[in-house]
Amino acid sequence: MSDVFVVTEHLQGELTETSFELIALARDIAAQTGGRVVAGLVGSGVIGLAAELGGADRIVVVDDPAFENFSPDGHAAVYASLIEGSPIVLIPYTSMGMDVASALSTTSGIPLVSFCTSISVDDGLGATCQLYAGKIEADVEVAGDRAIFAVLSGSTSAEDGRSGAAAEVTRVDNPVESELRSTCLGLTEPEGGDVDITSEDVLVVVGRGIESEDNIAEAQEVADLLGGAVAGSRPIIDQGWLAKDRQVGKSGLTVKPKVYLTLGVSGAPEHVEGMKDAETIIAVNTDPQAPIFAVAHYGWVGDIFDLLPELVDKLEAD
Amino acid sequence: MDSVVLLRPVPDPVEELELNDDGNDLDRDYLGYVLNEFDDHALEEALLLKEAAGGTLTVLGLGSADEMEQILHTALAKGADEAIKLGDDLSHLSVSAQTEIFVSALEGRSYDLILTGVQAADELDGQLAVRVAAKLRIPHVSVVVGADAGDGSVRVTKEFWGGITADYQVQTPTVLGIQAARQAPRYVAVSLIRQAQQSGALSEIDVDPPPDKSGVRVVSVRVPETGVGAEMIGGDEEAAAEKIVEIIRAAGVK
Amino acid sequence: MVPATLIFAHGEEAVPGRETFLNMGDGGVIAFYLLALMATLIFLSGFFFRVRKYGRGRGRPVDWKRFGPALAEITSQRTVAKRDRAVGVAHFFVFWGFMVLTIATAIIAIDEDVLDLLLGRSDLQFWHGAFYQGYSLIVDLFSVGFIAGLVFLGWRRRNPPFKLGYERVDREEGSYDRKGYSIDDRAFLVVLLFIAISGFLLEGFRIAATNFPSFETWSIAGWTIAQTVSFLGVDGAETARLVFWWTHALAALTFIAFIPYSKAMHILTDVVDLLVTDQHSARALPDPVGAPSDDLLSLFTWKDLIDHDACTKCGRCHDVCPARATGAPLSPRDLILDLRELADASSGINLWYGPGAEPNSTTGTVAGDYISAETLWACTTCMACMEVCPVGIEHVPTIVQMRRQLVEVGNVEPGLQSAFQSLTRAGNSFGKSAKQRARWTKGLDQNIKDARSEPVEYLWFVGDHASFDPRAAEVSLSVARLLSYAEVDFGLLYEAERNSGNDVRRAGEEGLFEMLKEQNLEALASAQYSQIITTDPHSLNTLRYEYELEGTVIHYTELLDRLVADGLLQVSGLSGIATYHDPCYLGRYQDEYEAPRRLIQATGLELHEMGRCRENSFCCGAGGGRIWMDDSDLEERPSENRIREAVALGDEVAYFVVACPKDMVMYGDAVKTTGHEDRLQVVDVAQLVEQAMTGVSVG
Repeated sequence: MSDVFVVTEHLQGELTETSFELIALARDIAAQTGGRVVAGLVGSGVIGLAAELGGADRIVVVDDPAFENFSPDGHAAVYASLIEGSPIVLIPYTSMGMDVASALSTTSGIPLVSFCTSISVDDGLGATCQLYAGKIEADVEVAGDRAIFAVLSGSTSAEDGRSGAAAEVTRVDNPVESELRSTCLGLTEPEGGDVDITSEDVLVVVGRGIESEDNIAEAQEVADLLGGAVAGSRPIIDQGWLAKDRQVGKSGLTVKPKVYLTLGVSGAPEHVEGMKDAETIIAVNTDPQAPIFAVAHYGWVGDIFDLLPELVDKLEAD
Repeated sequence: MDSVVLLRPVPDPVEELELNDDGNDLDRDYLGYVLNEFDDHALEEALLLKEAAGGTLTVLGLGSADEMEQILHTALAKGADEAIKLGDDLSHLSVSAQTEIFVSALEGRSYDLILTGVQAADELDGQLAVRVAAKLRIPHVSVVVGADAGDGSVRVTKEFWGGITADYQVQTPTVLGIQAARQAPRYVAVSLIRQAQQSGALSEIDVDPPPDKSGVRVVSVRVPETGVGAEMIGGDEEAAAEKIVEIIRAAGVK
Repeated sequence: MVPATLIFAHGEEAVPGRETFLNMGDGGVIAFYLLALMATLIFLSGFFFRVRKYGRGRGRPVDWKRFGPALAEITSQRTVAKRDRAVGVAHFFVFWGFMVLTIATAIIAIDEDVLDLLLGRSDLQFWHGAFYQGYSLIVDLFSVGFIAGLVFLGWRRRNPPFKLGYERVDREEGSYDRKGYSIDDRAFLVVLLFIAISGFLLEGFRIAATNFPSFETWSIAGWTIAQTVSFLGVDGAETARLVFWWTHALAALTFIAFIPYSKAMHILTDVVDLLVTDQHSARALPDPVGAPSDDLLSLFTWKDLIDHDACTKCGRCHDVCPARATGAPLSPRDLILDLRELADASSGINLWYGPGAEPNSTTGTVAGDYISAETLWACTTCMACMEVCPVGIEHVPTIVQMRRQLVEVGNVEPGLQSAFQSLTRAGNSFGKSAKQRARWTKGLDQNIKDARSEPVEYLWFVGDHASFDPRAAEVSLSVARLLSYAEVDFGLLYEAERNSGNDVRRAGEEGLFEMLKEQNLEALASAQYSQIITTDPHSLNTLRYEYELEGTVIHYTELLDRLVADGLLQVSGLSGIATYHDPCYLGRYQDEYEAPRRLIQATGLELHEMGRCRENSFCCGAGGGRIWMDDSDLEERPSENRIREAVALGDEVAYFVVACPKDMVMYGDAVKTTGHEDRLQVVDVAQLVEQAMTGVSVG
């Protein structure tokens, strides 16, 4: 009869896809435990969003001006009180979820499992996790009957978590009495660059395997020939080789182009999150074990520097 | 503003990961370790803060044989004032256990900021930055991409998704989980690292691995099956290029 | 006091000779000596400033054994004639004309001023009689050559070849002004020409004024001029003689004063530079400067500072530099000139033609602030500049010294940074685990010995590219099979081998080089071998000269050449035409030009040489750490430039043969990017030899 609690997240008045994915996942778990799905919703003026969370059985809402913006320690403190009574807690493994999950686990002593892609409850609590940037998959078990699972985006379909049904909505006063020690000063939208990679049909995406900044020129040549744009995974953006608005993945943009050609992208879960819905994914990597081949539709194992000149030739000949 | 940076070794991502005989962990006998790349960014951000606002910079490194000494000497060469190696063979500990070690090493020290990488590829039971903050009962911000020291507070930029960021004013002391420093980690000449090696500035604290209280146990590990879903293209680069162009055209791109 | 009388009367036969201060009067003589004193003082003060500047440089040893060969180079003018015969001949005439004129003047000074004036021993004077006649003939002949040389060089300045253009490759046109340099060049030529011509006229008028003494027929040019001006009569000629005496004297004194302030300084600096130059310094780089000093110039040795002044702007380095040729912001000439300007500006030397350094540029660091990092990273250390430099300037060590300064402050090119980090961590630039170093050997039928556990005759130091780059590893397989065929006893260091550090050191990372060297020497110490073979000529250089294993290290082409010569490998039967690219570190650095050529020809292939071959080979662009750096800003990669040169040899050339794993990588790409991969095959010497194997004689 264990309830499954879902920490939802929203930004600029919109619930994230991951929130719905977690509700879908919670539904599956609740069906096995016989418990209910409880969704937590914390913010200011967010009561309206509760209507979208019909996939849950019950929604606990803390609607308080103190939470006009996400507060790393504030949200963690609120959820510490909201999850009481729910042995299983699902938290998105995202920028917001990270600040909540580990704090909850540390203060409450409830075990936390990160990088989860699926959760099992049939023989004790357990999960499947992606470690080492997706290179290793681990099955883990949790001691005791309570657990917090930090779940990777894209672990299931968000559609299954959406429902027009009306859940029971419970409003709760802000349980945090102490003053918040961090203040949000405001949000900043990404600077609009020359290219909007979310609206391109073709993306040629470079990862660590591109080795140096100058090699991006070769990828650009291919992108130009295809009428597309060059994008990159996080290491490329952190190096400053491509602008921030070219980043695909968790901390970057989510894209759905017709063709997504990756060059030397290993396929860490954070990256896959931003591109898994591309129509045709072609992956090139020297490492046959690279996780990118698990998400790609087509793959070639080999040196991108051998391939690039050939691609340019073929496209020019076309 | 006095800072402490927490550094952890992680298995070298360029090495091929092999599994142990029990199938519940990596085969760590021959594994090479490198500094967690997010921690490297945390160190860079701390160096930038020190350069801008002064203060001391201490680095605490979780011990793993030789690699961590090299990492700490590098940090000293880059400008850290003090470097301490904690224990000797602690690279496989859970985050909960790592938290215990770092928190006890922090005891008695005064600091305004604690910085570490936002995550590590092997953090199965949560994020070090947030766990340390929760244990010390001080505020935390994860996924930080820039910090600016103030008086009694620090202003940080946290990244959400889709390139949207938020600025926070955080009371110190606080723990920051760094995603990326404002600039790529700097290069430091090997001669300076060698000078640091000879300076004897690195100290060590003996640490016994604490009991694992994470409550999470790995039952089995595996290398995910490759090419599940992906149709693998064979042949040399010429054949591959031809096939790729074909696929692209078939996808409706002219 | 010198008598001012006309001692050679009309028609009188007298002892051959002449009076220096003929008809000058005491006032004239005193005026001359005062002017001479002034000129000397001006010269000395300029010279003092220069020497004081050189004194700010660090110490550096001098190899006295070089003096003999250097003197031969200087007197034969061989270095000037190298690959530019016409200029060499012209400069030979100017050089010897100048030397003879200087000696002639010195003879007069000894005869008149020392023996007579100072010592009062006019009985010892010798500048008369037959000696005077021979003297006249020699001076006249050399002066004619002197003028001819100057006229040719002046004409060349008016019709300059590319290399004499002063356009900079690193600045926008109009953002700099180098007219001063051209003025200095011309002023130098004009003053010399003026001295020579005024001297001839003086001689002619003197002969006419002294009524053609018969012994003066030995002054062949002067005699001819005298005949031409004989219409002036004795009095007219005497007036003209006095005018030209003063003109000639003033020109000569002006020149002396002008030396340390002008291009004429090269007469002194180049002789010193050639006497002390050490071309070996690029092969075995000098150790880095010790503790940093506040003095901007402490980065340089006194020889470097003389180098800067020695440059005559001949532009040969500018012409051959692969960085300059492909649009990189580096010209060795401009680098040296910039350093000269900086050193001058920081030494209070302001030259009249105004090429001074920009304001405030003498603060900060030389590398990065004054010479841009982009310029310094552009060098491939191919040594073409040093090889072609006629005056012994050592560009490569100077550049490396400045790169060290960049590395010290962490100002490192991004590609280089990741290579350095991989090398620090894993001992190879590919960032691969050391355990994977010998993975390429899996392509062989048999195992290669581990030289650490059993003795071998040849220890093969494979190197990074030949181990980790798939194309270069193919060549390693060929080499391994050939050695096995020939039953050579060889082994590897396996995972104990590290990058040799040649490129690391040349990229300025001295600490990392030291580390790699220590690790390799330790590994070598654990092995038993009698000789080392290397695949990479870059490793060859560093093992030979920087690990100081000279005598025990050879290149694989040298070993293959021996095996073929000894009949241990029998090759023949290939047909077609090949061209061979001399790797910089095998050719220019090691003087090995023949072994690879003999091997190619032994296979049956015909060898067609490219224009730039042997010591004049054109770099592939990979050396000195460039292989790790960004080359996308170049107008054309050096390797592409080279492939185009090979293609221009004609359709019949089918093979582009290399003997360096980095060449395999660079040219393997360049044939593709230039679109010539269908007609030109990049192949290693070892691969050709394997293809041409007809048999092995065993035993």
